[in-house]
Amino acid sequence: MLDLLIPTISQGLLWSILALGVYLTFRVLDIADLTVEGSFPLGAAVAAAMLVNGSSPFTAILCAGIAGMLAGVITGFLHTKLKIPALLAGILTMIALYSVNLRIMGKANLSLLRIDTIFSLFNSYGFDTQTVVLLVGIISTLFYMVLMYWFFGTEIGSAIRATGFNVQMIRANGVNTDFTIILGLLLSNGLVAVSGALVAQSNGFADVGMGVGTIVIGLASVIIGEVLFGTRSFRNCLISVVLGSIIYRIVIALVLQLGMPPNDLKLFTAILVALALSMPLFKNKWNEQKRRGIKYAKN
Amino acid sequence: MLKIEHITKTFNPGTINEKYALENLSLHLTPGEFVTVIGGNGAGKSTLMNSIAGAFFVDEGKITIDGNDITNVPEHKRAKFIGRVFQDPMMGTAAGMMIEENLAIASRRGKIPTLRWGSRKEDHQQFIEMLKELNLGLEDRLTSKVGLLSGGQRQALTLLMATMGKPKLLLLDEHTAALDPKTAEKVLELTNKIVNRHKLTTLMITHNMRDALRFGGRLIMLHNGKLIIDVAGEAKKNLTIQDLLKMFEKASGDTLANDRMLLG
Repeated sequence: MLDLLIPTISQGLLWSILALGVYLTFRVLDIADLTVEGSFPLGAAVAAAMLVNGSSPFTAILCAGIAGMLAGVITGFLHTKLKIPALLAGILTMIALYSVNLRIMGKANLSLLRIDTIFSLFNSYGFDTQTVVLLVGIISTLFYMVLMYWFFGTEIGSAIRATGFNVQMIRANGVNTDFTIILGLLLSNGLVAVSGALVAQSNGFADVGMGVGTIVIGLASVIIGEVLFGTRSFRNCLISVVLGSIIYRIVIALVLQLGMPPNDLKLFTAILVALALSMPLFKNKWNEQKRRGIKYAKN
Repeated sequence: MLKIEHITKTFNPGTINEKYALENLSLHLTPGEFVTVIGGNGAGKSTLMNSIAGAFFVDEGKITIDGNDITNVPEHKRAKFIGRVFQDPMMGTAAGMMIEENLAIASRRGKIPTLRWGSRKEDHQQFIEMLKELNLGLEDRLTSKVGLLSGGQRQALTLLMATMGKPKLLLLDEHTAALDPKTAEKVLELTNKIVNRHKLTTLMITHNMRDALRFGGRLIMLHNGKLIIDVAGEAKKNLTIQDLLKMFEKASGDTLANDRMLLG
């Protein structure tokens, strides 16, 4: 059981960086950003191509992050300057990135077998593979959580959060909302690409199709985390999202263990997210029924 | 302080929905002047406010604040001169953020945000002092999210946020219209207190003639995008609603059929 649990948690941690990115757009900026589906494989592609060409894993991950940020800026530009609706802007960037990713890798799939990755780097210190993935997962997740907590407490970070809550208010207070929206998308897609770079190294390959469904996985993590672990403060939200990502992986591992065909995984996730997103509606309906029930009883 | 020269604004030009919202309107406000603005629906009150605030650019004319030409300056850059309170109590604050965070953002109005910590301890004492003056018990709730406050509390907080940097111009766009009468009265009194204390140059739209007569040192009335009544000083002090109605009929050749303005 533990044999299965540790790698599952590790996967959850590597993917939690994607979840943090999705949280940043979906909850903080209040934008559903589909760029994610392109920037995740973009991060994987950039990292894989650089590793194959002999770069150090750290440089590869850094460049993957920067590439993701650029993708975010493009979506931000389409949305704020060219006034394309956010959802469509994200789709456009995502589709464009499919070609870009193929160009970066030169083919649809790039193997990282027998190539030095961030994990094999740690392997050389004598840890076994399982521990290494867990360690890298914990360190990188903690790093990005602390970084996000700090940044969103600063003046610029507060301005981005306020933009998500009330564009009119923050504009009346002298902040250029085009700037804060672009910056938010930049950071989000940077995180997503780093997550892609780490997942590719842990899987041992980068694939042009690995972005499919990532937005749904990110949303599932965010919602599961929020429901189970709360949203009292920004710090609480960050922790919830990371735990949500881990729980999501455990749920997936469980249903696979119980015999669900892996091909049905995306269908399962989509239904899960649809249910979770409609929860508030059902909750309201149920409360209303309860209230009305009491009224009828009184009469 | 505020100088509006011959501004014109047309919405949907060249279509069947063409609407002259402002026509060749000029208005000068001296420093410290508190002006109330009245007018029926579609008179151009909000268009005037939005033209000054920069929600859109005017078609013709020029707007300057304290000598700074802002005619073509985008909304967020004008904010360093202008404090605003909106009609909708939800509009002026960020609901999901704490009171102290909202105040901290307002205290930096017009400054470029940096990587310094957003809500700093050393500012909190000052925030508490300001909140105490509102007399709403908010001074003990710095870390409460603004979304938990009532409409009146939010509007009072927005007023505080809009005035804390002593803006060159304060724009109040029917900021008590969405509140219940008692709360509206409280917020109006608070407005009067703050405006007088800091001698803020203020434009206050109201749909209520009585409030327009009670507050401020000058009253203007808009009709069909034009300024038709402008009274100040002693003349304004002695003005009654009856006088206003007569003036309106004479200036516009129309009778005022708007219960909301008369009774409100």
